[in-house]
Amino acid sequence: MTPTVITDHDRSLTSDCVVLGAAVGVFGVAFGVGSVAAGASIAMTCVMSLLVFTGASQFSAVSVIASGGGMLSALAGASLLAARNAVYGLAMSRRLTGSLPTRLIAAQLTIDESTAMATARSEGASIRRAFWITGLSVYVFWNLGTLIGAVIGTAVDPAAVGLDAAFPAGFVAMVAPHLRHRSGRRAGLIGAAACLVTIPFVPVGLPILCASVGVLVGVRES
Amino acid sequence: MTWTLVLTLSAIAYAFKVAGLVIVGGRTLPAVVDRCLGLVPAALISALVINDTFSSSGTLVIDARAVGVGVAALAAWRKAPFVVVITLAAVVTAVVRALGVLG
Repeated sequence: MTPTVITDHDRSLTSDCVVLGAAVGVFGVAFGVGSVAAGASIAMTCVMSLLVFTGASQFSAVSVIASGGGMLSALAGASLLAARNAVYGLAMSRRLTGSLPTRLIAAQLTIDESTAMATARSEGASIRRAFWITGLSVYVFWNLGTLIGAVIGTAVDPAAVGLDAAFPAGFVAMVAPHLRHRSGRRAGLIGAAACLVTIPFVPVGLPILCASVGVLVGVRES
Repeated sequence: MTWTLVLTLSAIAYAFKVAGLVIVGGRTLPAVVDRCLGLVPAALISALVINDTFSSSGTLVIDARAVGVGVAALAAWRKAPFVVVITLAAVVTAVVRALGVLG
């Protein structure tokens, strides 16, 4: 058996993954604040982060409910956003080996960040290490952040300190990397326009679903 | 917000993750499906920005949030860290609202 050698490369990988996790924790705080501001209890907010554990879907569901939308439109938008984790799972399935229980745990950690960090590596052990360290550190920081945010959110008046703008600002930061390539910008522009023109005419929450026409950009472009 | 929504969404989100990693695992999707799914965040999250900035109970409005989110967009475009983007939005919105310039 080969002894495990922790190289400088491994150390920098670990610190990259942990720093990313901590940054996601800031989003967790924003989510916690916004969720209680939208009328969820601290317990509901924390359970959502523990079990759903996919940021954009959580933000989306809370945002639809906060603006007065129904449960079905909240679920539909959040589910569309969660569907991409299935694609990440497909990408990771050839790289992540292990027993069924291990893969069932890995599944919960299959999100934007862990997939991005893992697929950026080329060698097997390093891919798996990046996936697990990123996934676990994001899980810990996201949930800690949510709890802190939920507690802060119940103590202050969100409108007085501008926290109602923290949600859309969080979305702005979240969408920015997706708009750095041309088809992403087109899909984003079409989605935003579809939402804007439908807001006055369709029930609250549906404009988000109307925006999904933007993905049809992918039919023609690569 | 209800427990039904929280738990249903938990089940759906986990089902997608397991479907990709454990059930379908190893197979590939048609390229066009792959590309369209890859564009879901760009389309839907852009819409969420618009919805949370300009809508109020189903009507279009321009209020203090628009200024705060505008500043946040500028900061994100200049690749400012998350914490800066979110804090700027909150502070600018609170100040504009306190000044009473916009609703």
